[in-house]
Amino acid sequence: MTTVEEHLLPSAEPVRLLDEHGVRHVHPRYPMPAADVLVDGYAQLVTGRRINDQAGALVRQGRLAVYPSSHGQEACQLAATMVLAEDDWLFPTYRDTVSIVSRGVDPVETLTLLRGDWHSGYDPYAHKVAPQATPLATQLIHAVGVAHAARLKGEDTVVMALCGDGATSEGDFHEAVNFAAVFKAPVVFFIQNNEYAISVPLARQTVAPSLAHKGIGYGVPGERADGNDLAGLLAVLGEAVRRARAGEGPQLVEAHTYRVQAHTNADDAARYRDEAEVKPWLERDPIKRLDAYLTAEGLLDDQRKQEVAEAAGRVAEELRVGLMADVSPDPAELFRHLYATPTPQLREQAAFLQDELDREEA
Amino acid sequence: MTHAKLSMGQALNQALRDAMRADDTVLMFGEDVGALGGVFRITDGLTAEFGEDRCFDTPLAESGIVGMAVGLAMNGMRPVVEMQFDAFGYPAFEQVVSHVAKMRNRTRGRVTLPLVIRMPYAGGIGGVEHHCDSSESYYAHTPGLTVVAPATVADAYTLLRRAIEYPDPVIFLEPKKLYWAKDEVDLTEDQPGIGTAVVRREGTDATLIAYGPAVPIALEAAEVAAAEGRQLQVVDLRSIVPFDDETVCAAVRSTGRAVVVAEASGFASVSSEIVARVTERCFHSLAAPIRRVTGFDIPYPPPHLERHQLPSVNRILDAVDDLQWEDA
Repeated sequence: MTTVEEHLLPSAEPVRLLDEHGVRHVHPRYPMPAADVLVDGYAQLVTGRRINDQAGALVRQGRLAVYPSSHGQEACQLAATMVLAEDDWLFPTYRDTVSIVSRGVDPVETLTLLRGDWHSGYDPYAHKVAPQATPLATQLIHAVGVAHAARLKGEDTVVMALCGDGATSEGDFHEAVNFAAVFKAPVVFFIQNNEYAISVPLARQTVAPSLAHKGIGYGVPGERADGNDLAGLLAVLGEAVRRARAGEGPQLVEAHTYRVQAHTNADDAARYRDEAEVKPWLERDPIKRLDAYLTAEGLLDDQRKQEVAEAAGRVAEELRVGLMADVSPDPAELFRHLYATPTPQLREQAAFLQDELDREEA
Repeated sequence: MTHAKLSMGQALNQALRDAMRADDTVLMFGEDVGALGGVFRITDGLTAEFGEDRCFDTPLAESGIVGMAVGLAMNGMRPVVEMQFDAFGYPAFEQVVSHVAKMRNRTRGRVTLPLVIRMPYAGGIGGVEHHCDSSESYYAHTPGLTVVAPATVADAYTLLRRAIEYPDPVIFLEPKKLYWAKDEVDLTEDQPGIGTAVVRREGTDATLIAYGPAVPIALEAAEVAAAEGRQLQVVDLRSIVPFDDETVCAAVRSTGRAVVVAEASGFASVSSEIVARVTERCFHSLAAPIRRVTGFDIPYPPPHLERHQLPSVNRILDAVDDLQWEDA
């Protein structure tokens, strides 16, 4: 028999199975993920890093309008999707490119929003990935609706709903967690606390002991994990997904990580934080520590690392080539997707634009 | 059921009941819609008949209600939600504007949201502050939303059934002062669909254009005008978006004079849009500038003053008198 405090409170310290040196720490509640999962995770981390780097380069070349980097947060991005089954849903934010790609969505389609040729480049049903959401926290309540519908249909779908630390200040965050609790919806709310909402530090979002504590008021268990430790994240998120699938209700998970780059390329991080603050976080890099652990365990050698790097390079190259191609979205599409049947007014406006385009051509 | 005497509230209840019987994926939820049957009793008996999975109370949070409807619709359901009062709908406005209206567009038609947001709408019932707004212009201004407002018992039934079957989100505005208005109706009778205005009364001298709660008052004004020898035509929009330019313009051309009647404040409103559209299309058929009878540009007044805000027969007739009659 556990007390309410034991049931709802997060661990005293963020769960960590591998420290920054790649040394294993035994946790009483969370077992180490299987070796093959970690090896696969390593490959995905390296690929995720390459995607971030490539996207950054494409912004500088003017091929992407904007890119919110998740450099340093790749372990969170990947753990979120690695614990999901095929029929589960992912609700990503604009920063979750690496999660979306990990879910199987084509990288070029993933970046369509950020390239600027359309608002969502992929079919959300193809990989059960909702459109990336820009307003903060609004998508969390959609996640509850999708999960509730699954429950009504008798499906054992789990929904992974992502948000950042800033989003926990929004009303919809609280409505979503509360709704999920009341309806016992199988949703895992996963907060990537990277310490900054654009320029505003966590201390200005909340004075709560941690964001994981925010579940308590809603009767939702909270847990927290080292956001740069893929092994710990997989264990914690995997358990949250298991609970949700077993009908035990929603859970809130906070990952402690850090946004080592600026909010986007349009942001100047030097205006609001000391660069000295960034350096220790670079030492806690998720790739380095998993590399150290797997190498020490004999699960990763130079040849395998070489293969992983080459495979990641190919993904980055495909992304580069895909995004270098010039796009010419069809202006007629501006009117095509507002209603199942366009209104007479939209038909008139479409004809007007077409006429204008025809005259430009002539 | 043929030719029963029903109130608009009962017709809406029957529409929900029939829609839920016809389609298992139709869900009804909101605040107090379960055991209580809604503060206006529009959902009366639905939980008893369909169970708590089909008609249920949510936590008190409008954004959550609408946001959950988005997710349910994404995953195969047809949610119908109730905003308890028009002016309680604003906490959900971000969900409506950012997601309900845009999901089809954002996803290029891949994710569609067949959902209905019902709200008791407009004034005339002596409600206190925040219970009587006319918010149609906010919704009508938002591309991607369909906005309808029934004015008759038969339309309340038909338009709600059509709204629930509609492939896109519908803002369904229920004129609350008409909830108790009764009519002899045949619910099996086919009514025009969403996007169609109808001529409620024929007339040759001038056209009154109205929607929702303003329609009965326009008809009353036409009745009085007829007794005074002036034949007023009355057009009921039924659907604000899509707007039926064809019916409205044909009506205005046939008389050459028009008055738009609406409860909402006039500035930057649906009524101003109607005047602009009709002027652009029918200018050469007009014998006089189009007049409007609307609410003042003030927050909805307290009950003891609300009669000054609402369109009246006299105001409508005065506006008609101003339409530059040759014999005047």
